[in-house]
Amino acid sequence: MEAFLGYGFLQRALLAGIFIAVACALLGVFLILRRDAMIGHGMAHVTFAGIALGLLLSVVPLYTALAVTVVSVVGIIKIKKKAGLYGDTAIAIFSSAGFALGILFVSLGRSFNVDLFSYLFGDILAIGNEEVWLSVFLALVVIFVIVLNYKKLLFMTFDSESAKAAGIKVNRLDMLVGILTAVTVVLGMKVVGILLVSAMIVLPAAAGLQLAGNFKRAILLSVAVSVVSVLGGLVCSLCLDLPASGTIVFAAFIIFLLFFLIKLRRDRK
Amino acid sequence: MDSTAQKNKILIRVEDVSFHYGHQTVLSHVSLDMHTGDFLAVIGPNGSGKTTLIKIILGLLEPDQGRVKILGRSLGGFSEWSKLGYVPQNATHVDPFFPVSVKEVVDMGLIKEARSKQAGKEKGMEAISWALKQVDMEDQQNHRIGNLSGGQQQRVFIARAIVNKPVILFLDEPTTGVDAETQDRFYEMLGVLNKKEKMTIVLVTHDIGIVNKHVNRVACLNQKLIYHGDHDEFCRSEAFKSMLEGGHHLVSHRH
Ligand SMILES: Nc1ncnc2c1ncn2[C@@H]1O[C@H](COP(=O)(O)OP(=O)(O)OP(=O)(O)O)[C@@H](O)[C@H]1O
Ligand SMILES: [Mg+2]
Repeated sequence: MEAFLGYGFLQRALLAGIFIAVACALLGVFLILRRDAMIGHGMAHVTFAGIALGLLLSVVPLYTALAVTVVSVVGIIKIKKKAGLYGDTAIAIFSSAGFALGILFVSLGRSFNVDLFSYLFGDILAIGNEEVWLSVFLALVVIFVIVLNYKKLLFMTFDSESAKAAGIKVNRLDMLVGILTAVTVVLGMKVVGILLVSAMIVLPAAAGLQLAGNFKRAILLSVAVSVVSVLGGLVCSLCLDLPASGTIVFAAFIIFLLFFLIKLRRDRK
Repeated sequence: MDSTAQKNKILIRVEDVSFHYGHQTVLSHVSLDMHTGDFLAVIGPNGSGKTTLIKIILGLLEPDQGRVKILGRSLGGFSEWSKLGYVPQNATHVDPFFPVSVKEVVDMGLIKEARSKQAGKEKGMEAISWALKQVDMEDQQNHRIGNLSGGQQQRVFIARAIVNKPVILFLDEPTTGVDAETQDRFYEMLGVLNKKEKMTIVLVTHDIGIVNKHVNRVACLNQKLIYHGDHDEFCRSEAFKSMLEGGHHLVSHRH
């Protein structure tokens, strides 16, 4: 392990990975309980358009991805309210439109290459210096905003009508959660890639929710699962020479399964 | 009319409020005042607009016409939400898997502007214990809300609504699914909150029996405000007689 840590690339991967893992898990708990688990999946498809646009324009794809994703999430929320669409319908519309646009950008820019694949499948071990600091900073912002609004978010997730009556600006917080989700999806993409990013948001939180009897514990457990998956996944992938993204997500899945079985046993007693 | 109520401060003023869902009129020209210390029962048949009226007062719905003033301010400029407590109808449609403890649910009611953190925390714990004691749920404070019965959940929501010691407490049919004995104790508790804590209470109910025991003001609603005033007077009124004789449907014929 110590020998490993001597490598700059591993230090960077661990640093970014841990912060992003915490942000994903925190947000994931709220999204699952709001029945919004699929928004991560939908936003990931939109991110694809952002990445492809960056590659087309030769801009750092992380920036274009952030811009496109945040704009889309605002669109999804607005359309949902104005047009009275169901949440999953709005997500389906935007994610397919986003992916289609991405394909067009890719073919325009002739960018079917290694770069694109590293975004699709994730390549945390190749994360650059600038990207590490940007990722850590954004992850910290997400974590900070969630912790600061913890009680309000819990109240409105549990019972949005009463939360409104208590003076909580529910619409404003909805928008905030949407934007945080967009940012987190783009961050998670750095770790496990577009195709697996929704797993980073959903799996650790789903695992934590299996065993927790109160909300604080659900949050802490989910964060722990997320961090352990990233750490364990990264180490395993190096030792066994496997791709990091697949190993991380599979580690999270194993933990989820374990928690699920523990819960089954406990409930039977 | 009621001389004490005349002297007391007006907490809520509903002025000529009308509300429609599409073409359906739900409330038409409703005006009423609520005073400090009132224990007001809002009664009326299903679909008569009781819940709608409460939601308009709380700013959850915008009236198509008319105005609401709370504590002297119009709804737009009102910000002291912690002075209002609210137990919505069907509050017990709880997601059984939501991992939240009784204590955490009551704690939601304590959302307020920033206070000193530590003092706030201790005060918060005290307030939570007090509220849970009022509804007889102290022993279950660490239970998961999804594991409680419907009536127990209802009591937790009442604790959440009173944890701030609100000036006005709104309860929308709070005893649905609560057994008779608990109901009695619950109304007893509301009586105490009303008298000792000087809480003004607005209670939507179908239970005319309870109206007799604790309530001092009655509002009888069916699209329009059919009766509003003193409880004793209400018992002598035509509205009450028709209600007792023909059940609710007599009132609902006056559409
Ligand atoms: N979201 C809605 N959309 C359309 N119409 C509605 C909606 N909510 C209520 N209504 C209509 O408004 C009317 C008043 O409803 P409200 O919930 O205020 O009645 P209520 O007096 O509280 O009845 P109950 O005793 O059944 O609780 C009803 O006729 C209902 O059909
Ligand atoms: Mg109602």
